[in-house]
Amino acid sequence: MSTSNPPAQATTDRPTGRSRRASRSDRLGHGSFGYVFFAPFLVVFVIGIAAPLAYAAYLSLFQDRLVGGNVFVGFDNYTRALGDDLFRAGLWRVTLFLLVQVPVMLGLALLAALAIDSGRLRWPALFRIGIFVPYAVPAVVASLMWGYLYGDRFGLIRQIGDALHVDVPRLLSDSWMLTSIGNVVTWEYVGYNMLILYAALRTVPQELYEAAEMDGAGEFRKAWSIKLPALRPALALTTVFSIIGTFQLFNEPNVLQSLAPDVVSTSYTPNMYAFNLAFNGQQFNYSAAVAVVLGGVTAVVAYAVQVRSMRKEQSL
Amino acid sequence: MSANTPLRGRPRARRSSTALTVAMGLMLLYALLPLFWLVMSSTKDTGSLTSSFGLWFGDGFHLFDNVWNVLSYDDGIYLRWFANTLLYAVVGAGGAALISTAGGYALAKYRFRGRTALAALVLGAIAIPGTALAVPTYLLFSKLGIIDTPWAVLLPSLVSPFGVYLMRVYAIGAVPDSMLEAARIDGSGEIRTFFTISLRLLAPGFVTVLLFSLVATWNNYFLPLIVLSDPEWFPLTVGLNQWNSLATGAAGSGATTTGFYPLVVTGSVLAIIPLVVAFLFLQRFWQSGLAAGSVKE
Repeated sequence: MSTSNPPAQATTDRPTGRSRRASRSDRLGHGSFGYVFFAPFLVVFVIGIAAPLAYAAYLSLFQDRLVGGNVFVGFDNYTRALGDDLFRAGLWRVTLFLLVQVPVMLGLALLAALAIDSGRLRWPALFRIGIFVPYAVPAVVASLMWGYLYGDRFGLIRQIGDALHVDVPRLLSDSWMLTSIGNVVTWEYVGYNMLILYAALRTVPQELYEAAEMDGAGEFRKAWSIKLPALRPALALTTVFSIIGTFQLFNEPNVLQSLAPDVVSTSYTPNMYAFNLAFNGQQFNYSAAVAVVLGGVTAVVAYAVQVRSMRKEQSL
Repeated sequence: MSANTPLRGRPRARRSSTALTVAMGLMLLYALLPLFWLVMSSTKDTGSLTSSFGLWFGDGFHLFDNVWNVLSYDDGIYLRWFANTLLYAVVGAGGAALISTAGGYALAKYRFRGRTALAALVLGAIAIPGTALAVPTYLLFSKLGIIDTPWAVLLPSLVSPFGVYLMRVYAIGAVPDSMLEAARIDGSGEIRTFFTISLRLLAPGFVTVLLFSLVATWNNYFLPLIVLSDPEWFPLTVGLNQWNSLATGAAGSGATTTGFYPLVVTGSVLAIIPLVVAFLFLQRFWQSGLAAGSVKE
């Protein structure tokens, strides 16, 4: 997904080759079946993405007033959102999360993928599948489970700490909450990212390694000079998905809120803020504006990373 | 590329490293220990849940009591949630996989006006964060009057831009143009060719998209939380969190009903099993599909 050009070029080449064989009318005839096969996606895309997006943009331009009812206010909601301290605090929180949790998670996933691919691991299949299992656990269950593990009531972490006479910090307290959430997210997705990276590694031709070995390259040299460059597209993909996931953070803090109501505020993340504005505050118009700004920020950052990784690839 | 690349079988003659195995063993423990705790906890009653050591059995073996309590509580509401989740996952993920496969196949194998623009639309849609749309989706769906119906959960689950992208990449390599030509010469219609021949060639990619959509729908929480208020239509995730709120007293009643903890824990274990089993049994398929999507950009 980091480069849209090469596949597009590749596919425009192919039909020209085919058209030499097939007659013109024939090609036009079955070409239109492309619409038939694409139509179902287009329909659900409009219902599931395009229409809500347009509706949100429309709603965000209005305000419910005591006097005058629903009135057009232009970009007032947006100016308010940009100056909203609660929104900004949430945005800063997820940015911090992005800068720390995503590199840690992807770094672990990368090391695990390289380890499994190195061929020097006993029972690689066990590790590949075992580390991936948490991905199949719903975020709600993962958050409840870790929440219990963190907590005082029957927290395993505290039990282990007591047994070893180590002082365990209060993991559901204000100063630890973001780290605790980061751990839940890392636990859920490290195996998933590992598998994507591992799948990319498996497509490196064996001859490349053999050639490198003949040139006297060691295991680390091979990892650095062959494996990492081969992983670049997959790394870009996992980074973009992680960025989107982080800005949208909702499930984990929302579930942990019931275990630590004083710590996880209703505006802990921007998405929680948008949710609570709409469903606890009935401020639908303002909530729509917050959702649009959040979506915009996410798309811009995700896109910037895509472009950056594209440039790197071209410079190789 | 992809479809026929064997995942295993690269010749290996190197000695395995103990240090590396130990380091990865720690990571495996990190992944599995919490789940082991969860399974152990599902065999305990409320008392030993708090008093016994987390990584072993407590006083007595209460798993069957707990399962019975989960299934019978509130006239079997858990089974209803389970059935709802199954419905959302099977229809939502099955539909998403089929729609994405057809869409990706169209972009890969047919030349039609606007194709490049539609391919760009798909790429752009990947970057649109699904949950940012949750609140607007609620507002739109309440206008349409489908709030509190399965449609409100199902319709958005059917959209998978990443699935279309992956299937497009996959179809380019897996379905030869010469085969489509041959089918045409034999007089097979385009739609028949898709269902009888192409879909079979696309199977590993299809299973990959199916499984990942299955995870997305089975684990879906935010959207159902917003568009559903009738517990009769809840999926497991929303229902379990409601039980948790009852246990911690966050639901507003004020009274903490700790008796709910075994219900939440055991209900969680039962909710995890189907997906883990699906992934284990279908791994040969989805791993080769994943390989295709991760390298071709």
